[in-house]
Amino acid sequence: MKPFDSLETPAIPLALANVDTDQLIPARFMKRPRSEGYGPFLLHDMREGPEGPVANPLDDPRRAGAAVLVARRNFGCGSSREAAVYALADFGVRCVIAPSFGDIFASNAVKNGLLPARVSEEDAEALLGSAWVEDGRALRVDLAAQTVTAGNLVVAFAIDPVWKTQLLNGWDDIDLTLAERPAIARFRERDAAARPWAGLAPGD
Amino acid sequence: MAVKKAAAVARTPPENRTIIDKLWDAHAITTREDGTSLLWIDRHLLHEGSFHAFDQLAKRGAGVAHPELTFGIADHYAPTRGRDGSVANPEIARMLDQLSANTARHGLRLIGLRDPRQGIVHVAIPEQGLTLPGLTVVCGDSHTSTHGAFGAFAFGIGASEVAHVLMTQTLWQKRPHRMRIVVDGPLGPGITAKDVALTIIARIGADGAQGCAIEYAGSAVRALSMEGRMTLCNLSIESGGRLGLVAPDETTFAWLRGRPFAPQGAAFDAAAEDWRELASDPDAAFDREASFSGVEIAPTVTWGVSPEHAAPIDATVPDPARIADEGRAQAVRDALAYMDLRAGMRLDEIRIDRVFIGSCTNSRIEDLRAAAAVLAGRKAAAPGLVSPGSSAVKRQAEEEGLDRIFREAGLEWVESGCSMCVGMNGDIVPAGERCASTTNRNFKGRQGPGSRTHLMSPAMVAAAAVTGRLTDARALLAGREVVG
Ligand code: SF4
Repeated sequence: MKPFDSLETPAIPLALANVDTDQLIPARFMKRPRSEGYGPFLLHDMREGPEGPVANPLDDPRRAGAAVLVARRNFGCGSSREAAVYALADFGVRCVIAPSFGDIFASNAVKNGLLPARVSEEDAEALLGSAWVEDGRALRVDLAAQTVTAGNLVVAFAIDPVWKTQLLNGWDDIDLTLAERPAIARFRERDAAARPWAGLAPGD
Repeated sequence: MAVKKAAAVARTPPENRTIIDKLWDAHAITTREDGTSLLWIDRHLLHEGSFHAFDQLAKRGAGVAHPELTFGIADHYAPTRGRDGSVANPEIARMLDQLSANTARHGLRLIGLRDPRQGIVHVAIPEQGLTLPGLTVVCGDSHTSTHGAFGAFAFGIGASEVAHVLMTQTLWQKRPHRMRIVVDGPLGPGITAKDVALTIIARIGADGAQGCAIEYAGSAVRALSMEGRMTLCNLSIESGGRLGLVAPDETTFAWLRGRPFAPQGAAFDAAAEDWRELASDPDAAFDREASFSGVEIAPTVTWGVSPEHAAPIDATVPDPARIADEGRAQAVRDALAYMDLRAGMRLDEIRIDRVFIGSCTNSRIEDLRAAAAVLAGRKAAAPGLVSPGSSAVKRQAEEEGLDRIFREAGLEWVESGCSMCVGMNGDIVPAGERCASTTNRNFKGRQGPGSRTHLMSPAMVAAAAVTGRLTDARALLAGREVVG
């Protein structure tokens, strides 16, 4: 996983609450392998109407190359589909700023090097309403300092400390777990005696 | 990675633990100083969407650590018609084949499309006795919270976590906040677990339980059947909860006894002794509490595009002009525009084009009985689909003659699967149509691009089918008996 340090990029203002993962990537696009790229399907039904493309903040040329998205509360609620994070990442988004996130979405995001930056409702509104963001000027996201800077506006964000370390270092859970093999073996022994009803035999 | 072990894990005193603490402590292999624990996973469930995780395994050349604890099941893409022949749609056939190939490669048990045990993962797996009190259960599906009905610690995970469980049978997790939702007093006649759940979500919000594990308690919860408890726990994710659970009791044990993968005979009795100990201690403290009065809960429907957009059937569509908070007012305006509704109109004036009875929320035998009680001897004014939650539920319903009631009303009786809940198998609500649905998500486009969804209980969907508009089912149930 690529370590996350800081970003300087325009931001996409998405002034919506409860942006669920069904909207982030509609179910019908989830049959493809990741290698084909999920970016074109990000928020597909908001960007494409029955009569062709619809004006929307993602495809605004002023914000070409934007790697930050700002939204309202409960971003990424709903389905556990990691494809929602793949769609954001493949589109080029590396950080979503919102007052709150669906738990599974946020965890999926971190595992893919995407920063879910939690700000207050007021700060989210300030960013969404700022001319700086609207004009597509670059804002700066600094993970170590936990700040977002858009011109004169400086906003602090929250991130779970464990996730922060993981993102800063680009760490992967698996290596960490494999180092715990002896502890897992000890647990298994204890557990078999404590919960004899929990196991299953192989086969049918 | 440098990780500090917690020197002395700060634990709640042993006599003051919630069921959430007890389950957590029993599965924590090791805990880091930052409070993250490595949890042992007892049951891992897979479906067609798990291919991303298998692709990750293939990339690493890794195998499955505990194949005996993992079960695959075909549900999300399962065709609901013409199942005897080959699957007509090549893309869907590929999704099903991929699951078979991946499970076979790693020696995992699969409940495939034509297996008599097939069904929606959260309906069919408990039927097999694979979900037990005191277990951790995970699946790459957010409604895994359903299994909490048995007193299991059950939660949905993403594809990277699925890969991690396959490779290690463990997961790193942050300890959730503990939330207790108490529903006391009797529920009124015709009020179901679905009405309770929608009432809770409307009050606490779609993010009201974010970061929390919820214990549902109180006399109304205790009085629910296992089917009702599964519906309630299923919808925990729609209030943002990581999981929801109910302490196991005699209702749980009676339902589980004799199920194929449950302990049998004396082993079951011994297990039940342990399971009784899981209940929260009387003085256990929760981080958050919310309480509801059962008698005040009315038949509830959604009008908008989030499950929190729910209200009693005799209410009206909210008026954004009366909402002070601009962000919230705009969300309501946006929802009304998408749903094509007028502010202030009565909910029971809303006309529907289609109905759907199914999904892991409401497709169990009780749900079908409740819908059939409304539909018996009546005709549906709108077309619709009834998809039982599992092949076993389908057989049972047919034995009871429920399929005949649905067919005679003019509804289609099909095979089990996720079907119109998510439309992956091609069962969709056409663009612009309005569907009264027993499912769990009224998100924009959830049931198909441009679809409009109103969530409600099976009896309420059946009532909407009869009148062609959202309707208080109690009026149509008067004098009729609903078999529990
Ligand atoms: S029925 Fe719907 S909510 Fe349930 S597992 Fe299937 S797609 Fe998910």
